[in-house]
Amino acid sequence: MPKRPIEPLFWTLFSAGGVIAAFFIPLLLFFFALAFPLGWLTPPSYEALHHLVSLRLARLFLFVVCSAPLFHWAHRFRYTLYDGLQIKHLNEFINVFCYGGAIAGTVMSAYLLWNFH
Amino acid sequence: MSAPTTRSVPPHTPYHPRWYRTHVSTYWWMQQWSYFRFVLRELTSLGVAYSCVILLYFIRALSVGPQAYEALERRLASPVLVLLSFISLLLVLFHTITWFSLSASAMAVRVGGKRIPGLFITASNYVAWLVISGLLAWFLLR
Repeated sequence: MPKRPIEPLFWTLFSAGGVIAAFFIPLLLFFFALAFPLGWLTPPSYEALHHLVSLRLARLFLFVVCSAPLFHWAHRFRYTLYDGLQIKHLNEFINVFCYGGAIAGTVMSAYLLWNFH
Repeated sequence: MSAPTTRSVPPHTPYHPRWYRTHVSTYWWMQQWSYFRFVLRELTSLGVAYSCVILLYFIRALSVGPQAYEALERRLASPVLVLLSFISLLLVLFHTITWFSLSASAMAVRVGGKRIPGLFITASNYVAWLVISGLLAWFLLR
């Protein structure tokens, strides 16, 4: 892998996203993707959740929780493909796909949370 | 004897360096449990990305209105998405566990010139995780 000056930034985002994912994502995923839709736990009402997300601090929290782990994914998945599948010739494409995906997700979360009403 | 007027090139094989490399199978990570666990740990990133996408869908649904929110909950109850969510949850939990174990090696915290044992760092991570999860659950379930 060629050394690039931007590489340290990606490693920083990787570990920051890793920490945030480790602490926050298991419970959020369990609640919102399994326990609430399947009725294992009583989901908060639409109004309650809407009120919670309309708080500025909650939206800042959600922005960090949605964006930083995406960069964690981008970096780790890029190296997984690199190590696991030995597809060096697709490096450029993989980089664009991974970091581009993380940037797109970050822009999307900023847009959604900024325009939340 | 007279010196040759032209320099003839003696027959030779052109030097063509080749690295000696044993061929590594694409499936190298399936040959040993520790390798497989390494790749599994790396693949936890897919569960992390899946979670972010789900959260973004929830924010969007909340912004659109109550009907969109209920529709999203119904869609997430479909068998395919339940399976994906379940696999993602296992991956994300594996990420949390491996990340906390890793932080013991990555963080060299020194107090009074002595390095704090890794077990203490890992344990304090688990405590923080429990506290954070408890707080989130309290916010969402009260």
